[in-house]
Amino acid sequence: MATTMTQTETFVGKRVRRREDPRLITGTATYVEDIQMPGMHYAVIVRSPHAAARIRSIKTKQAEAAPGVVAVYTGKDTERVGPVPCGASLPGLRVPHHHVLATDRVYFVGHPVAVVVATDRYLARDAADLVEVDYDVLPAVADPEKALAKGAPAVHPEWPDNTAFTFHQEGGDVDKAFAEADLVVKQRMTSQRLIPMALETRGVVAEWRGADRQLNLYTSTQIPHLVRTLVAQMLSLEENRMRVVTPEVGGGFGSKLNVYAEEALMGFVAMKINKPVKWIESRRENFLCTIHGRGHVDYYEVAAKRDGTILGIKLKIIQDLGAYHQLLTPAIPTLSVLMMPGLYKTKNVRADIVGVFTNCMPTDAYRGAGRPEATHGIERMVDLLADELKMDPAEIRLKNFVGKDEFPYATATGLMYDSGDYAAPLKKALEIVGYQKLRQEQIEARKQGKWMGIGISTYGEICAIGPSPATPAGGWESATVKIEPSGKVTVMTGACPHGQGEETTFAQITADELGVGLDDVLVIRGDTAIVQYGIGTFGSRATAIGGTALYFALQDLKAKIKKFGAMLLESEDVTFSAGQVTCNRTGKSKSLQEIAGASYRALKLPPETEPGLLATRFWEPPNFTFPFGAHIVVSDIDGETGQIKIRRYVAVDDCGNMINPLLVDGQVHGGVAQGLGQALWEQVVYDDNGQLVTGELMDYAVPRAHMMPWIENDHTTTPSPVNPLGVKGVGEAGTIGCSPAVVNSVVDALSPLGVRHIDMPLTPEKIWKLIAGGN
Amino acid sequence: MIPQKFEYTAPKTLDEALLLLAAGAKPLAGGMSLIPMMKLRLAAPEHLVDLGKLKDLNYIRETDGTLHIGATTTHAEIESSPILRKKCPLLAETAAAIGDVQVRNMGTIGGSVAHADPAADYPAALQALEAKLALKGAKSDRIVAAADFFVDAFTTALQPNEIIREVIVPVEAAGTGTSYQKMFHPASGFAIVGIAARVRKKAGNIALVRIGVTGLSNRPYRAATAEKALEGKLGSATEIQNAAALVAKGVDANSDLHASAEYRRHLAVVHAARALMTALARTA
Ligand SMILES: Cc1cc2nc3c(=O)[nH]c(=O)nc-3n(C[C@H](O)[C@H](O)[C@H](O)COP(=O)(O)OP(=O)(O)OC[C@H]3O[C@@H](n4cnc5c(N)ncnc54)[C@H](O)[C@@H]3O)c2cc1C
Repeated sequence: MATTMTQTETFVGKRVRRREDPRLITGTATYVEDIQMPGMHYAVIVRSPHAAARIRSIKTKQAEAAPGVVAVYTGKDTERVGPVPCGASLPGLRVPHHHVLATDRVYFVGHPVAVVVATDRYLARDAADLVEVDYDVLPAVADPEKALAKGAPAVHPEWPDNTAFTFHQEGGDVDKAFAEADLVVKQRMTSQRLIPMALETRGVVAEWRGADRQLNLYTSTQIPHLVRTLVAQMLSLEENRMRVVTPEVGGGFGSKLNVYAEEALMGFVAMKINKPVKWIESRRENFLCTIHGRGHVDYYEVAAKRDGTILGIKLKIIQDLGAYHQLLTPAIPTLSVLMMPGLYKTKNVRADIVGVFTNCMPTDAYRGAGRPEATHGIERMVDLLADELKMDPAEIRLKNFVGKDEFPYATATGLMYDSGDYAAPLKKALEIVGYQKLRQEQIEARKQGKWMGIGISTYGEICAIGPSPATPAGGWESATVKIEPSGKVTVMTGACPHGQGEETTFAQITADELGVGLDDVLVIRGDTAIVQYGIGTFGSRATAIGGTALYFALQDLKAKIKKFGAMLLESEDVTFSAGQVTCNRTGKSKSLQEIAGASYRALKLPPETEPGLLATRFWEPPNFTFPFGAHIVVSDIDGETGQIKIRRYVAVDDCGNMINPLLVDGQVHGGVAQGLGQALWEQVVYDDNGQLVTGELMDYAVPRAHMMPWIENDHTTTPSPVNPLGVKGVGEAGTIGCSPAVVNSVVDALSPLGVRHIDMPLTPEKIWKLIAGGN
Repeated sequence: MIPQKFEYTAPKTLDEALLLLAAGAKPLAGGMSLIPMMKLRLAAPEHLVDLGKLKDLNYIRETDGTLHIGATTTHAEIESSPILRKKCPLLAETAAAIGDVQVRNMGTIGGSVAHADPAADYPAALQALEAKLALKGAKSDRIVAAADFFVDAFTTALQPNEIIREVIVPVEAAGTGTSYQKMFHPASGFAIVGIAARVRKKAGNIALVRIGVTGLSNRPYRAATAEKALEGKLGSATEIQNAAALVAKGVDANSDLHASAEYRRHLAVVHAARALMTALARTA
C-alpha cells in the first residue's frame, strides 16, 4: 500500500475549518426539497384562516375534480392516525387530543384541515383553493394573561379556565428569607414569542414500498430516531418497517426537535396513494405552523440584604403554550425554574408556573429553551437590585457568585453544578471592555446629554441534556466506530448533528485517539437504517454526550487494535500511539492499516477476540454540564430617534474544554445574533382575533448581517468533570448570555430618567417614548 | 414560491411589449415587488411581459441639461452611475438606501415608481427633484410631473396599458447640496420615514429649498410650508429646526406595528432637520 495514515499531528483544540462547509457553500448539499423520485406526488395543506371555529362542513368535490389531483383527505380520513405526541409529563397535565388534521374544530390560524395531493405542486396548490370549508367562527384568545381572565373564550371547551397545568417548586425557606430581607425588588417582565426561523423551512418526503411494508420518511429534523419511533406509532406501523432519513438540515434551533402532524400525514398519504409524496413548508406556513419560542410573562421578586447579598427569589411564570402541546411544550418553562438562581448562591427559591392555552401556534424549545428566559429574569433582577442599592452591577454579581471552591454545588432547584469559576469570565470581560474607563466616559457623556449604557450579563446554563431520568425519552447518546479493512474510519453518531459542526469535531476526536488524519475519518449521521438508535442534537448535548460515547467506542477499539498489534508483533509489551502499535522492546511496529487488514482477513486471531474492528457505545451521562460566561454590551442611543447602536459586544464564554475554538466562536456568534434578535427586533404579534400580524419576513425583523455588531470573543476554560473530554456545550450560550446584556445596557443608558425596566424588543419607538416622556 | 398559472413573454422591442400590454398583460421589471405578491397570491396576473430584457429602456443619459433614466435601470446601476453621482447625487444616494444588495441588483426605478409603495424611497427624491415621468402606451406618449403622478398608496396616474418609459431629473446647478435621510424598517428595509432635501445657496442665502417626504403617509409629497419657511434664510440651526418642524403639519400619518403615527411624525421632523443640515453643508 502506498499511503500510510500514520499521523503525529493532533487536532483537538485547534481551529480546524468545518469539513461540512464546502458542500454547503457551493450549493451541492442535499436537502429534503432536493430529493427527486420517480412518480413523486405533491401535497399542499389547507389550513384554517381562523383562530377558533367550528367546522360545519368540508366540501372536497371540486378540488378532487381539479387537474392533476389524485386525492383530498380531511380529518375524517385521518381519524385513526394517532395524535401528535406530547413527550413531556407533568402532574395533572391536561393534554388535548391533537389530530393530524382537524376534525370538528380548529384552534389556531394555520391549523391543518385538509391535504390535497396532486401530480404537480402547482396543481396541488391551485386545487387547495377549491376545498370549501364552512366555518362557524368563534371568539378566540391570543394573549395568555387575557386567557386566564374570567370570561375569556375557552380554547378547549372542556377546560374553560384555559389552564393546562400548574407547577410548583420550592427550595430552602423562602418566607424566612423574605422576612429577614432589608429590601425586596419586584418586576414584571416578558419574554416575547419568537419565530425560530430556520433558513430551510420544514419538509417531508414519504415513500411507501407496499410490497416490503416499508415506509421511508425523509424529514428535516433534529431527532430522526425519535421521529421514527413516534411516527411509526401514530401510523400503527412496526418501527423496524420504517426508515427515517434526515438529509441536510438548514437550521433547526429547536424548531425541528419535534414530531409534527405533517410527518405522520405524509406517511399516511404515501401509504394511501402508494406513491412517493413531497410536502415542503412555505415560509408563510413556517411562521404559522412551526413551533414558536418563548412566550413568557414573568413576575419576579428578589429579597436581599443591604450589603447586596441575595437571600431569596420568587418567580411566577405565565407560559403561553398555544393551542396544543407539541413534543416538549409544557416542559420548557420548567427549565426556566431549574435555572432561576443563575450563578448565585441563593438557597431560597419559590417558583410557580401556570401553563396557559391560547388560540396560537404551540410554543416549544427554541435555542436556549427556558434558560434564556431564566437568565434574562435573574440578570435583570440583579441589575435592579444593584440600582436600588447604588452598587456597581459587576460588584453585586461578584459578591453573590457561587465560589470557585464550592463545586460541585447543589442548587436550591435541585441541580448539581459540575464545575465553575464564575468570576473569571466576568473579570476578563470587564478588562477587555475597559470597564472603569467606560464608566468614566459615561459620566462625561451624560453631562453632554448623551445616552450611553454598559450592560453586563453573567449567565449559567444547563447543557448536555441530559441524564435519562431528567428527560422524556432517554438522555444518553450513541456512537459506532468502524475501522474498515483499509484502515479508514467511519463514525456513526446517534446525535444527528445538523450544522453544528460535529462532522469536523468528531473527526478531530477520532483522529487524535486513533492517530489518523482528519480525512481518514468520515462522520455519518441522520439515517435510521444506517446509524444505531440515537437521541439527537438539542440542548447543547451532541459533543458532551455524543462525543463521549464516541470517545468510549474509540477506547474499546484501541484496546482491540493493541491486541491485534501484539499478536502481529508477537509481543505483549506494546503501545498504541500515532496510529501505530509498537513493540517496546524491538521498536518494530504495525500500522493501523496493517492491523485493520489483519483483523478482517482473520488468518489468526488474538485469544478470545473476534474478527473486525467495530465498536458501539451508548453513554449515559451522570449529570448535566453547566457552562457559564459573561457578556458585556456598550450601547449608544440616538436620543432623537430612539435607535440603539451597539458599540461593543464582548463575550467571554466558558464551555469547558474546546475541541475546536473556531466552531465555538461560530456558535457564540450565531447565538448572539438570535439573542440580539430577541432583544432588539423580533416579536410574534397575534391580534385579538388570533390573526398572526407578523407573518412574513417583511414584517418580522430577524437580524441581517449588516445589523450585527462586531463580537469580541474570548474564553476561560473550566473543564467539566462529568465526561472524560471535559467539554460542556456551547450551542445556546450566545443566545442565553445576550439579551440581558443588551437590555441592561439600554436600561443603564436611560437610568438617569428613572427607567428601571424595558420589555423586549427594545424598539426605537419604545426608547424614544421613554426619552421624550422623561425629558 | 407557488404562484397561480401565468404566461410569460420577454419581447425584444418596446413596441411589441406595448402591444401585449394593450392586450391586457402586466409588466414585470425587477420582480422585487410583483413576485412577492404573486407568491402570496395577492396578485395573479395571467400574462407577464418582461421589460427587463428591453435594451431600449435601460439607460442613463444627459440631454439639454436634464438627465434621462430608462425605466428598467436598476437601483444598483443608479447608485453606482458616475453621471448621476456627479450631476444628480440625490438620486444615487437614495438608490443606495434601498433594501439590500440583492434587491438593488434586481429592482428597477420604473418598477418602484409604478408600484408606488407608500414606504418606497425614490418618491421622496423625485418630489424634491421635481422630476418628470415619461409614460408610454401603444398609442400614447406623455409627460407627467412626479407631483401629479402619485395618487395614493399603490395608486398612480398610470393608465392601464401604459408603462413608465423614463424618469427625468434635472442636472443639479452649482451651489446645490442634497441629502436623503431615512429611518429603516427593521424587517423590510423600506423607509418608515424618508426625507430628501435639496438646498441651493446664492450669495450666502438659501435661494432654493425642496423637501420630499416618503413613508409618512399614503402619498409622497413636497413639504411646501417647510420649504417656504427656509427660503431666503441663512440656514442657521434654529431656522432649520423651525422649518423641519413644519414637514409633517396637517399630514394624515400612517401607523403600524413598527411606528405609530405620532412617532412617524416625529421621525419626519428629525430626519428633515438632518437632511436639511447635511444638504446645506454640501452646498459648499
Ligand atoms: C426585501 C426587499 C426589500 C426592499 N426594500 C426596499 C426599500 O428599502 N426601499 C424601496 O424603495 N423599495 C424596497 N423594495 C422594493 C424594491 O425597490 C422593488 O424593486 C421595487 O419596488 C419594484 O421594482 P421592480 O423593478 O422590482 O418591479 P416589479 O416588482 O417587477 O414590478 C412592480 C410593479 O410595477 C409594475 N411595473 C414595473 N415596471 C413598470 C414600468 N416600467 N411601467 C409601468 N409599470 C411597471 C409591475 O407591473 C408591478 O405592478 C424592497 C423589496 C424587497 C423584496
